[in-house]
Amino acid sequence: MNDIQLNKCQKDKIAEICGEFGNDAGELINVLHKCQGYFGYLSEEVQREIARCLSIPVSKVYGVVTFYSFFTMKPKGKHSISVCLGTACYVRGAEAILEELKKQLKIEVGDVTEDGRFSLECLRCVGACGLAPVMLIDDKVYGRLDSSMVSGILAQYD
Amino acid sequence: MDKIKLTIDNNEIEVEKGVTIFQAAKRIGIDIPALCYMNLENLGVENRPGGCRICVVEVEGRRNLAPSCSTVCTPGMVVHTHTMRVINARRTVLELILSDHPKDCLVCSKNGRCELQSLAARLGIREIHSVENAAVSTYKKDSSPSLKRDMDKCVMCRRCETMCNEVQTVGALSAINRGFNAVVAPAFEQRLVDSNCTFCGQCVAVCPTGALTEVDHTPKIISALMDPSKKVIVQTAPAVRAALGEEFGMAPGTLVTGKMVSALRRLGFDKVFDTDFAADLTIMEEGTELLDRLGRFLGGDKDVKLPILTSCCPAWVNFIEHNYPDMLDVPSSAKSPQQMFGAIAKTYFADKMGIDRKDLVVVSVMPCLAKKYECQREEFLVDGNPDVDYSISTRELASLIKEANIDFNSLPDEDFDAPLGESTGAAVIFGATGGVIEAAVRTAYEIFTGKKLDKVDFKELRGLEGIRHATIDFNGTKINIGIAHTLGNARKLLDGIRAGMYNFHAIEIMACPGGCIGGAGQPFHHGDGSVIQARMEAIYREDSGKKIRKSHENPYIIKLYEEFLGHPMSEKAHHLLHTCYFDKHD
Repeated sequence: MNDIQLNKCQKDKIAEICGEFGNDAGELINVLHKCQGYFGYLSEEVQREIARCLSIPVSKVYGVVTFYSFFTMKPKGKHSISVCLGTACYVRGAEAILEELKKQLKIEVGDVTEDGRFSLECLRCVGACGLAPVMLIDDKVYGRLDSSMVSGILAQYD
Repeated sequence: MDKIKLTIDNNEIEVEKGVTIFQAAKRIGIDIPALCYMNLENLGVENRPGGCRICVVEVEGRRNLAPSCSTVCTPGMVVHTHTMRVINARRTVLELILSDHPKDCLVCSKNGRCELQSLAARLGIREIHSVENAAVSTYKKDSSPSLKRDMDKCVMCRRCETMCNEVQTVGALSAINRGFNAVVAPAFEQRLVDSNCTFCGQCVAVCPTGALTEVDHTPKIISALMDPSKKVIVQTAPAVRAALGEEFGMAPGTLVTGKMVSALRRLGFDKVFDTDFAADLTIMEEGTELLDRLGRFLGGDKDVKLPILTSCCPAWVNFIEHNYPDMLDVPSSAKSPQQMFGAIAKTYFADKMGIDRKDLVVVSVMPCLAKKYECQREEFLVDGNPDVDYSISTRELASLIKEANIDFNSLPDEDFDAPLGESTGAAVIFGATGGVIEAAVRTAYEIFTGKKLDKVDFKELRGLEGIRHATIDFNGTKINIGIAHTLGNARKLLDGIRAGMYNFHAIEIMACPGGCIGGAGQPFHHGDGSVIQARMEAIYREDSGKKIRKSHENPYIIKLYEEFLGHPMSEKAHHLLHTCYFDKHD
């Protein structure tokens, strides 16, 4: 799955992050947050390295990573698409937007396109219910969507 | 200490601070049902996640029901353990647990020994309301040489996680995912064989359901016994005789050595031998190795590796291979008794019988699940033929006996066959923590000092404390001995040795709580630690009743060296009875 070997520089980075938290096993979640921020996702090798640095079994690290939905073991695309499935967006047709995205990108939720350009996620409410249905690409918000707009928006990203 | 007064089911009771409602109730004979909660008090093993909610009780003045396992008593508390509200809640909780549990109880390997099944019977569950067409989980099954995982049957009690992480500090198993998908699994949902699992099986020993079980070799034993072209011989580990009776309704601690031998003979084994014979042989080899290292150390050799560590326990060997690859030259190179027996059976004994090793099937009955893995290790195969063909647990033997219409309780006592069935008291005590080192001391003392021991009982080496140490006076030379049982305690000792904290000469390590008597292949203790204590007492009783109690005085061992091996650590002994260890660190 994620059998990419880490180079020394990456291992040093993990050691540095763990060091910032005093190599304290109780800080696992903070360490994971920071490592995901740096690497984009938590590969098997990253988790093994964190376990070594914090002197805890890798099964514990994996347990925490799979418990919290924020953590991901899949690499993100260059651009991250998040479709809001909150109540307001949902009743105004968010599901159709999501289906259109899946069709265009040929991926399922949680996956990355083959060319690595986009990854697709869902979330619950971004606080822009007046613009429903809403999606985010990276930090930009797109509102009042209908599925015919999807391909035009995607074309703006390289 | 301050006492707390409270009322449980109209009984007034006084308890110390910190006692839970569950514990307090137990003291006055109120047996609150529980599922996830498990407490082996005498071994310091407790699982109390407060997760299953089966043990709920009503506390007056409290809005919701309280989990009695994790609610401590407070002054003036009024507790009711069986109001209709409690009974109704308990039933609902259990029905929900059962709603996505497979219903294949008839063919489940835990059938009749399952705590979930007993609980459903006890709470009178006859149907599962409200959840028609409930989703049933379907996880991939996992099988290793020793253990099997069927996570569809996991109820997330997390006992296995406690054993694997806190007691054994192996860390192979952890809860993963959340909600409906939550199960216990190795990291990245690897197979157990690819993880750092030691196959100690303590997860199996405490699993209340059929989620974690042993690999069942009984069909293979039946096939071997049916095959007229094979001679099938059996060896029985010391701890089995102190526990097998429990499977037939006898009190824990009942010794059934003679009945066990009768039963094995009636099952059709051609020879009924004893792993104890090989335990005596282990002492000859390991004891000689100890004296050799000790002699060199006292002679000023600075390179000699001390302390010497025992190597009988296969889960412990796996543990050191995974976790301490820099210390692989520290354990004794002596094979375990199971493997020594196999090596001698398929050479010396096969020669005596005039048969080819391929026509001889060696079966071992073990209190252990790691033994199933051990006998399949590549270094214990000769041209693809294993020294020990199959290892079955105490429980599997009980199943075979029941299946063969043998009324175990009325069997006469019979003796083991010669020559591999003769053993000493020193070999019997291998079954309890501290026993191997006591057996080694009995022999090493006499060889080292040239004097006869006045008393062979070294009570300072016995007990259930997790880490013990004692100094034995070898006629002026002080020998420091360490003992650890459970891998967590082993880790503490090893870390101390690595840090140069101790000056032990010899250390015994056993992976399971209490030693082999608490092994994962033994009848289930169902959370009752007194069972292990009773087995320990039985082991020492068997020892004190033996005519010969020192390994080097076993006449058949003496004969084996005269006729075949030469002397301990001879070239032949080295070839057949010693092994080496491999770095499995990832």
